[in-house]
Amino acid sequence: MKFVDEFRDGRLAQTIARAIAAEATPDRRYAFMEFCGGHTHAISRYGVADLLPPQVRMIHGPGCPVCVLPIGRIDQAIHLALQRGVILCTYGDTLRVPASDGLSLLKAKARGADIRMVYSAADALALAQAEPQREVVFFAIGFETTTPPTALVLQQARRLDLRNFSVLCCHVLTPSAIGNILESPEVRELGTVPIDGFVGPAHVSTVIGSRPYEHFAEEYRKPVVIAGFEPLDVMQAILMLVRQVNDGRCEVENEFSRAVCRDGNLKAQQRVSEVFELRKSFEWRGLGVVPYSALRIREAYAEWDAERRYVLDYRGVPDHKACECGAILRGVKKPTDCKLFATVCTPENPMGSCMVSSEGGCAAHYTYGRHRERAA
Amino acid sequence: MCLAIPARVVEVLAEDQGIVDLGGIRKQISLELIDGAAVGDYVIVHVGYALSRLDPAEAERTLALFAAAEAAMNEGAADGAGGTAA
Amino acid sequence: MSRGRPYVRPLDLKRGCVDLSHGAGGRAMQQLIDELFVPAFAGGTAVARGDDGAVLPELAYGERAVIATDSHVVSPLFFPGGDIGSLSVHGTVNDLAMMGARPLYLSAGFVLEEGFGLGELARIVASMGRAARAAGVQIVTGDTKVVEQGKGDGVFITTTGFGALPAGRALSGAHARPGDRILLSGSIGDHGMAIMSLRESLAFETEIVSDSAALHDLVAALLAAVPSSSELADPARGLRLLRDPTRGGLASTLNEIALQSGVGIELDETAIPVRPQVAAACEFLGLDPLYVANEGKLVAVCAAADTDRALAALRAHPLGADAAIIGEITDDPQHFVQMRTGFGGRRNVDWLSGEQLPRIC
Ligand code: SF4
Repeated sequence: MKFVDEFRDGRLAQTIARAIAAEATPDRRYAFMEFCGGHTHAISRYGVADLLPPQVRMIHGPGCPVCVLPIGRIDQAIHLALQRGVILCTYGDTLRVPASDGLSLLKAKARGADIRMVYSAADALALAQAEPQREVVFFAIGFETTTPPTALVLQQARRLDLRNFSVLCCHVLTPSAIGNILESPEVRELGTVPIDGFVGPAHVSTVIGSRPYEHFAEEYRKPVVIAGFEPLDVMQAILMLVRQVNDGRCEVENEFSRAVCRDGNLKAQQRVSEVFELRKSFEWRGLGVVPYSALRIREAYAEWDAERRYVLDYRGVPDHKACECGAILRGVKKPTDCKLFATVCTPENPMGSCMVSSEGGCAAHYTYGRHRERAA
Repeated sequence: MCLAIPARVVEVLAEDQGIVDLGGIRKQISLELIDGAAVGDYVIVHVGYALSRLDPAEAERTLALFAAAEAAMNEGAADGAGGTAA
Repeated sequence: MSRGRPYVRPLDLKRGCVDLSHGAGGRAMQQLIDELFVPAFAGGTAVARGDDGAVLPELAYGERAVIATDSHVVSPLFFPGGDIGSLSVHGTVNDLAMMGARPLYLSAGFVLEEGFGLGELARIVASMGRAARAAGVQIVTGDTKVVEQGKGDGVFITTTGFGALPAGRALSGAHARPGDRILLSGSIGDHGMAIMSLRESLAFETEIVSDSAALHDLVAALLAAVPSSSELADPARGLRLLRDPTRGGLASTLNEIALQSGVGIELDETAIPVRPQVAAACEFLGLDPLYVANEGKLVAVCAAADTDRALAALRAHPLGADAAIIGEITDDPQHFVQMRTGFGGRRNVDWLSGEQLPRIC
């Protein structure tokens, strides 16, 4: 696979690993947060942590759209499928996430709900066209990457005047979540939790560009390196962060220049702003309620907004009291610090956000990293 | 996790659709979010949509950067050994 | 007994459909058996048909009977490299082969959905017959039931296999010991991705073909070169166990072995063969080939001293041409399966949690 395999080369990995080890000052601690689940995945799957010197530590951030999706939103989707009899279309990722009453979309399906896994929002729209006698709802989740496709199908639905199609919009915004983490007292107060820098999103940045991170670098004095999702990209970004820290720089650098520019994809941004507007607040699983951190469908598309059409109200569902996700997502604690980890809380039975998908910090550690506890 | 993968455009179809190839796998996707995609272009594909174009020259530059880490380090090791010890 | 039965009209394989009468025990059902199943499964002479069961000949002295059963549901029913018919033969033949047994007979139970085309059924049954003949097993008894429309997925097939285990041979998932080597007979993920490529919502164009195959011949070649440790009566030599990594893929099979034998496993990622198209399809859908199903591959664990002989025997057979040594058994009280990644790190290879679903967004 061109432009994939080259970025997984184990020999080059050793090269960068040696450079990181040589340049990271031994008596200094470097804590970097990789915001995206995609980076968490690359780090766990390829064993990147083994190539880092002990003074460099990675903190897994909240950038997995499935993990941060609050239970209350899945409850809404299940309600639509079970009680309102709609065909609910969703990306495969959400099917297994546990919701209220011991249900999940998969279990609701077993109870007779018509739930279809789709690869693309366009598939959901096509289904609505093919089955005009049924109501079809697309359960739209994800960050800035999945948002433009949702915008396109909403515009198409309006153009076609397709009345049996609507969207349950749960799209969230990356910069707001980063801001939320940086604003939290643990991170702000110097000396408590040092997050020394961020590995910035790969594919999200292809859409929004590198410009939105400039504010963080400046305002919070944190270096950001936007990086691709291949393991060498992550290694290189870590090296670049180490260098920024050593030099006392706080800049936005772009390692993923093969796909990301400063302005991002303007056409995609344009479509998104035509269809969506900011929500005043939105609940993130693990982070809590974050102001202006999500999108909702504009009035002009109200007809295709499942929340309006089915008059859905949102009821939050708290996670287990002992769940430490909030602290883990801010780098204050590690998964193994949680009493529930690997005992009550497992990937089969997640109690909190970080265990929901293999990209959550707790699940990644459970699935790929438990052998490390012994070594440590 | 915003799973996306670079694939090569092998056919441009009507209505902003296109066929991409990834290691011998072919799939129809939408090219609506990028302008003027042409056969031979590499695009980043996500949930059935091309999100952006991939710039091969930039990819080469990044790969060269990886290799340069070694060179830089060798230099660093030469004059940096004393530096770290100091 | 099937000859001379008076049916007014032969089965209409072009337009005819399965209806409830085909499972009701009357003439319609008998006609289905006589005209569709019996000719397709014809071949062996050792066993008489027509009674409620089949009486099997005696086994050779010292041999023990091995029985295995497998239910087959697959959507779509026809896929590149096979169909539910051939799959239902291979699946059960392989279960017997993994025990070290010589597969001999099969029974087949069909659950048909009302409205299913008789022509398609005939194709499936013919393919089953062909697969059985190629594998040298006889389908000696069977059963057919019909369920109402919407209550089945066209056709479900359960096959039970019966085989003979030679005297002294013992292979078991519990026999792996630290220091043993793990071999894999070829590339992983082909079957699962061939099926996935046809799933309506995920469809993509590919030349990936299911690896569905009967492995007993490959096993015979392997056992001829490296008999089981119990046959050799030498704990430092021989073959410990065989497994076919079907559902849940290689990762799940290895975790089963680790747990059953009370050992750990250390894998070398670069040694595990994955075809480029399978790797690419997995990238598209966010799947890990380690968890994708296979239907024509085996995992063998043998004493270190016999590794090269086992590998040579596998590679000499067409079904094992791409065989590789993928790792070794370690001492690990936690029974972890770990992998050295091609990238130079390490990771755990855990059980599959739940159903394998594409990760997309
Ligand atoms: S182990 Fe489970 S309960 Fe504990 S912090 Fe992680 S997700 Fe929350």
